[in-house]
Amino acid sequence: MKQLEIFTSLFQIMFFVTALLVTAGVIFMRYKYIRRNIELGKEWKAAHNPSERLKLMILIAFGQKKMFARPFVGLMHLVIYAGFLLINIEVLEIVIDGITGQHRIFAPLLGSTVYQILIGFFELLAFGVLATCVIFLIRRNVVKVERFDKPEMKGWAHLDANLILVFEIILMFFLFTMNATDSILQMRAMDLANGIDVINNVDAAHYGVFENNPVRFLVSQTLIPLYDGLTTTQLVLLERGAWWFHIMGILGFAIYVTYSKHLHIFLAFPNVYFTRLKPTGEMNNMDSITKEVQITMGTLESDANAADDEIPSFGAKDVTDLTWRNILDAYTCTQCGRCTDVCPANMTGKKLSPRKIVMNVRQRADEIGERMDEMGEYYKPDDKMLYGDYVTKEELMACTSCNACVDACPVNINPLEPILEMRRYVAMEEADVPDAWKAMLTNVGNNGAPWAFAPTERFKWADELKNGNQ
Amino acid sequence: MSEETLKIPTMAELSAEGKSPEILFWVGCAGSYDDRYKAVTRAMIRILNKANINFAVLGTEESCTGDPARRAGDEFTFQMQAAMNIEVLNNYNIKNIVTACPHCFNTLKNEYPELGGNYDVIHHSQYLQKLINEGKVKFGGGEFKGKRITYHDSCYLGRANDIYEAPREVLEKLDAELVEMKRCKSKGLCCGAGGAQMFKDAEKGKKEVNIERAEEAVAARPDYVAVGCPFCMTMMGDGIKHFNKEKEIKVLDLSEFIVGAQDL
Repeated sequence: MKQLEIFTSLFQIMFFVTALLVTAGVIFMRYKYIRRNIELGKEWKAAHNPSERLKLMILIAFGQKKMFARPFVGLMHLVIYAGFLLINIEVLEIVIDGITGQHRIFAPLLGSTVYQILIGFFELLAFGVLATCVIFLIRRNVVKVERFDKPEMKGWAHLDANLILVFEIILMFFLFTMNATDSILQMRAMDLANGIDVINNVDAAHYGVFENNPVRFLVSQTLIPLYDGLTTTQLVLLERGAWWFHIMGILGFAIYVTYSKHLHIFLAFPNVYFTRLKPTGEMNNMDSITKEVQITMGTLESDANAADDEIPSFGAKDVTDLTWRNILDAYTCTQCGRCTDVCPANMTGKKLSPRKIVMNVRQRADEIGERMDEMGEYYKPDDKMLYGDYVTKEELMACTSCNACVDACPVNINPLEPILEMRRYVAMEEADVPDAWKAMLTNVGNNGAPWAFAPTERFKWADELKNGNQ
Repeated sequence: MSEETLKIPTMAELSAEGKSPEILFWVGCAGSYDDRYKAVTRAMIRILNKANINFAVLGTEESCTGDPARRAGDEFTFQMQAAMNIEVLNNYNIKNIVTACPHCFNTLKNEYPELGGNYDVIHHSQYLQKLINEGKVKFGGGEFKGKRITYHDSCYLGRANDIYEAPREVLEKLDAELVEMKRCKSKGLCCGAGGAQMFKDAEKGKKEVNIERAEEAVAARPDYVAVGCPFCMTMMGDGIKHFNKEKEIKVLDLSEFIVGAQDL
């Protein structure tokens, strides 16, 4: 027993601290990688209105306001979200225990009653998380909710979603196992203290944190009958095992998240903060064109030196032509598909899916980022592009710019902006818009109307009205 | 009827007399050329006359705002249009603009300021609501009394600019039964014509967007579908026709309801 104690108090601490540091290191590397990829995008300034942005962040990211557009799913998501936030208090205890070699360090501080209620509440949340994850798995794999079953949701997107849910269920199971076995061990520690050595060998100093008042927790106590028959050694192994799997699982999860669509649990906050605050119908102005138009109109002197400047390219062909906010959007996307679900083009069977566009932006940013890391100082761009290799013209041309996707996103992602930027590329760099649009554009330019009517006819309606031709 | 007394002053005329109007009525391309939609322009003129509004139109000096060009990706054509229109508007020192087209409205209101065109722009739904509230336009239910009306939200008025109530308030004055479609307000479904889709065929799919939307409108069993946008009017009209319901369900613009109720 003495050896086991030394093992627990020294080796475990060392191992735990190492695991913690390695996790922090990996996450920091991932943070740097993702940040660099986001910064592949063009400059975009969000300096104005920090108070409005903060308010949005509190309402929409923290308060989940837009999730409740679908009340039932919103509620289920809230359970997982609240579970995630609050169970972290218990995780904090686990981390402190791990670093200090203590057991349930908050227990003596809070007293057994408060502690029992607190952990009981967390267990209730954990049960909610578990139940919700089961429902979500059923929704994805059995009921097949339409928006989870679109072409872009095959392969990794499908696996990622399921992995996360299974992961969470396993984590919650370990949490309950840990608490149930701990409760039994506490009871045995009390028996030992009272001289009733029914079953031997319990480490009273470790498990007897509640002295003469062992606690059972709200949900995990239902598992006690399952483990009650085990020997104390088996119980300790199970309790420690569950403890380790739970916390290692959480550390592993934290790393996994940075590779997953689940990055939204962190990025939702900055992403909502950096919401585009203009009216959604307003397209971004292209200043380079404004200058060109002013020169054409004769309101601006052409700068002779400007001829030497690099010729600006118009619109977006690759992610590097989008703004960093567009790329942040892409890393924030959790592929819920609410955007695609409300897209008029998508619901009528066209190829366009706003979610796919956003996913493509992330895929492409990852592709460039990985290549940069692989090639280091010898980095040379590949010959792929976002438009062409990921997104097709057919998708882009189907957009009605109705802003339903923008409105639907629970974390204020704007799928419309990259679509319209790529359209600009198609129209201005490739001059490859559909023929009907070519005619429309010619009409606008020549006649001042999208239809082929002479400008002199524009006021004819007034004559018709004056003549009484209702 | 009072055709003889209808006034349609142009900015050029007023300017020559050294006068300036209270508002400029921006007619738009559809309002000028589209046979069906010209009726909306006429309705607006009748209302403005009846309410004794000091207004003017640009006539032949008006040009496309450039909205479809910009949405199609042709920023150069858009900005050329904007520059020319802004020059005309600023020369006449225009302050207030009313337009029945949400696309013109959005472009003039949100996109012209950055190019030097700063005007107080309102959509005719808001303007009609204002005239009603001020008592300048009065009407009862007329032929619409007790009828079922469903209002189709235009994307460029609703989601793009947060205007959901003004059109409904105008319709409420008709003493009719307002019924909502399954998807309405910020969840409203596009008619399928925005983003310059009006000017080309739809991409391959299993359905046209306006058919999907019209199906929803028909399901609400209205006598009238109310619209506040020329594109929506065309798309909803075609959609209703697709279901052979054009005899039972009429598609009317907000202004046409007022004119109809007032028997102007």
